[in-house]
Amino acid sequence: MLIFTLRRFNLFIFTMLLLTILSFSLSFLFPGDQLINLTGQINASPEQLAILADEYQQQSGLLSQYFSYLNHLFHGEMGYSMASQLPIATEVLNRLPATIELTSVALLVAMFFGIPIGFCAAIYHRKLPDNLILAIAMIGYSIPVFWLGILAILVFSIQLGWFPSAGQISLLFEIPHVTGLQLIDILLSDSPYKWQAFQDATRHLILPVIVVALAPATIFMRLARTAMLEVLDTHYIKAANAKGLTFSQIIYRHAMRNAVIKVIRDVGLQFANLITIAMVTEVIFSWPGIGRWLIESIYQRDYTAIQGGLIVLSTFIFIVHIIIDFVYAALNPLAREPRHGKR
Amino acid sequence: MAYPKLTYYKYFALLIMVLSGCDSNESLSLSKKSIIYCSEGPPESFNPQTVSSGTTIDATSNQLYNRLIEFNPTDNSIIPAIAKSWHVTRDGKMITFYLRKDVQFHHTSYFMPTRALNADDVLFSFNRMLDENHEYHPISGGKYPFFQNSQLVNLINSVEKINEHTVRFQLSHSDSSFLATIGGDSAVILSKEYAEQLIALNAMQEIDMLPIGTGPFKFKQYSAGSFIRYEPHPDYWRGMSELKQLVFDITPRDTGRLTKLLAGECDVIAYPIAHKKIAQHPNLTLESVTAFNVGYFGFNTSKEPFNNPLVRKALSYAINKPAILEAVYTGQAEIANGLIPNSSWAYDATIPSQVYSITKAKELLVQAGYSNGFSMDLWAMPVQRAYNPDAVTMAKLIQADLQKIGVKVDIVSHYEWTTFLRKISEGEHQSVLLGWSADHPDPDNFFSTLLSCSSAITGSNITFWCNEKFDQLIQRALQTNNINKRKVYYSKAIKLINEEFPLIPIAHSKRYQARANNVNGSLLRAIGGIDFNGVTKN
Repeated sequence: MLIFTLRRFNLFIFTMLLLTILSFSLSFLFPGDQLINLTGQINASPEQLAILADEYQQQSGLLSQYFSYLNHLFHGEMGYSMASQLPIATEVLNRLPATIELTSVALLVAMFFGIPIGFCAAIYHRKLPDNLILAIAMIGYSIPVFWLGILAILVFSIQLGWFPSAGQISLLFEIPHVTGLQLIDILLSDSPYKWQAFQDATRHLILPVIVVALAPATIFMRLARTAMLEVLDTHYIKAANAKGLTFSQIIYRHAMRNAVIKVIRDVGLQFANLITIAMVTEVIFSWPGIGRWLIESIYQRDYTAIQGGLIVLSTFIFIVHIIIDFVYAALNPLAREPRHGKR
Repeated sequence: MAYPKLTYYKYFALLIMVLSGCDSNESLSLSKKSIIYCSEGPPESFNPQTVSSGTTIDATSNQLYNRLIEFNPTDNSIIPAIAKSWHVTRDGKMITFYLRKDVQFHHTSYFMPTRALNADDVLFSFNRMLDENHEYHPISGGKYPFFQNSQLVNLINSVEKINEHTVRFQLSHSDSSFLATIGGDSAVILSKEYAEQLIALNAMQEIDMLPIGTGPFKFKQYSAGSFIRYEPHPDYWRGMSELKQLVFDITPRDTGRLTKLLAGECDVIAYPIAHKKIAQHPNLTLESVTAFNVGYFGFNTSKEPFNNPLVRKALSYAINKPAILEAVYTGQAEIANGLIPNSSWAYDATIPSQVYSITKAKELLVQAGYSNGFSMDLWAMPVQRAYNPDAVTMAKLIQADLQKIGVKVDIVSHYEWTTFLRKISEGEHQSVLLGWSADHPDPDNFFSTLLSCSSAITGSNITFWCNEKFDQLIQRALQTNNINKRKVYYSKAIKLINEEFPLIPIAHSKRYQARANNVNGSLLRAIGGIDFNGVTKN
């Protein structure tokens, strides 16, 4: 496990380095002054700019410029947003939790529904339920997110009035910002309307979560189906069958756990896809997350925010990737074996 | 053995519990007794003295502050506010205000007033704007657009404190629009005690960002670009609002506001679209008021051929106003007959409306010596304004209209807005599509600003038309406080405009607002946007 951890850590460090190089080079590629693109200080006086140039070692070579940029990053200094003139770090900290909340709930929902349905399809292989599930999965995967989001608002917010169309919670509830995760903040708060606020936040969460979860859920369906089919085809299942276990015993005791492990391996891969869908969904549902902020920054040509948002979002995706790798390794001892080198 | 189906049932049961869950009466009252207003943009400041944008004034002026006097929402006449009464001397140069004694400032987490409002607060509020040497004058940029535009600095000689609750304004000359100006959205009364506290804390700029006023609501929270939260002012002199909260949900996209209204997330929205859809909805009401504005087609009377009144008159016959109203304002405006809208007290219903007649226009052109027509440029404003939502389309319609009488029009619309305004005020244009939104309901705000000789010099009269007779009429109207006499003068002034046509008034646009039916009270104002004082919800 130690080698496995070291491997992941190594990979993390190098990927992050590559990312920072990319983000650093963006400040040269964007139009305008490189130093201003990097710091976001559009209103700085010449004296302030001189101090900044010194801080970022503009007079030295490219390498030391890059290292001073890294140094700033390590201290959480990502410059100031060109649009709002607030520190990028503050902006990110205010918004990332909302995205974490949306994507993690969506991921759980997608797994919770996708995997069992996929198993179902495998159990009824080549029968009506299988075909039906495959068809639904195909449709679910093909629907464009923005269209689905708007349709959901039209039907469930405007026509039926069941769910709100925008935001994280009704503005009437004053929930102090502690963790940034709305549901947890509500539970931590001492508002007299706590229960109502919790209900309201849940209602706000439902439509965006469904929209974000649909595409990954359909992928999990297909992955789970394939995994289950593979497992059902293995010798140990045949052996269990020969021992005279009932079908449900075989499925629950032997097949399911092994199939789930196979699916979990791919959850990490789906997460990047999920974030992309979440960014679009955040715009449609005015969800105050980092995705919406990043898309607005692109509109406003807020270069510092684009660089900062890129780094934070990629880091987030990468960390989730690694966590899922660890979960997979914990569940499946075979994965911990060093794949390269000695065997 | 546990079956997964059971876990599903448990999950759904939990979900349904969370969704439909136990509503206590107390928790229900929060949304039932609060109003969410979806506004179109964020405020620039929380002090209407320092801005001219309608969005900021909507968000602050009527909710947070009071003025000495204000306007009756139905007929725009002047009614008492902080001043319970006032007296104007016969020569009109000295105006004394007698203040109410029980007007309390907001108690907030950042300021605890120790006294009620008195004359010092009034002096502080006006001197901040008028006196360039006042310590608060340069705070927030030192710009007081409304006061500076209405030339109050030249009009008010001094503001004196007679006693704790009496204030006297000395004017340099009589001006009957003075009271209307003082009742305008920008003439709010701030707290001097708060200002002194901020000096002690060395945080003077906070006076405009963390507001303290005497209005029906007090400031609670502002999340930049996202929302403003107000709470009722418990000691409000007109009685505490029944609302628990007033939230301005800043929703710049008009489709977003409409969705939120239909989904019940907003109780009231600004500038609604899809009027038919709202009007048909059983739970929603669409309201409109003809705003105090005018969109016009102005001529540069200092340039050929528009120095000839016959040419201007000819063009006025050739313009098909109903067609413009349909195409540009989608019918959401009134045809302008004179300069002022019919909700003004000075409106004269007997003035005939201009007829649309190509033959008459052609005749007049021949008389003026342009039987073969001529070519001209027409500057169309590059931005949307309430008084003219689409100047370029309007310009194209006018172009087509004038082609019928042999006049060739070149449309100029490529300048950026500030450049456009500067070039216009320097007289580079031959003709222009522009408009005016009034700052207060006094009719003089239209006449003097748009057509007087003095404003031709300052640049707000972009026709450069200077008519002695007209100037005399509007001066006389200002010198008297007799409203009937003023009506006669203004009526004559409008007739003079309709003979000379330095500009052709085209339309007075309407301002719309949509709300849920459970919101009661009058909200929409022809002047100064919205007012949530006295609004309730059931």
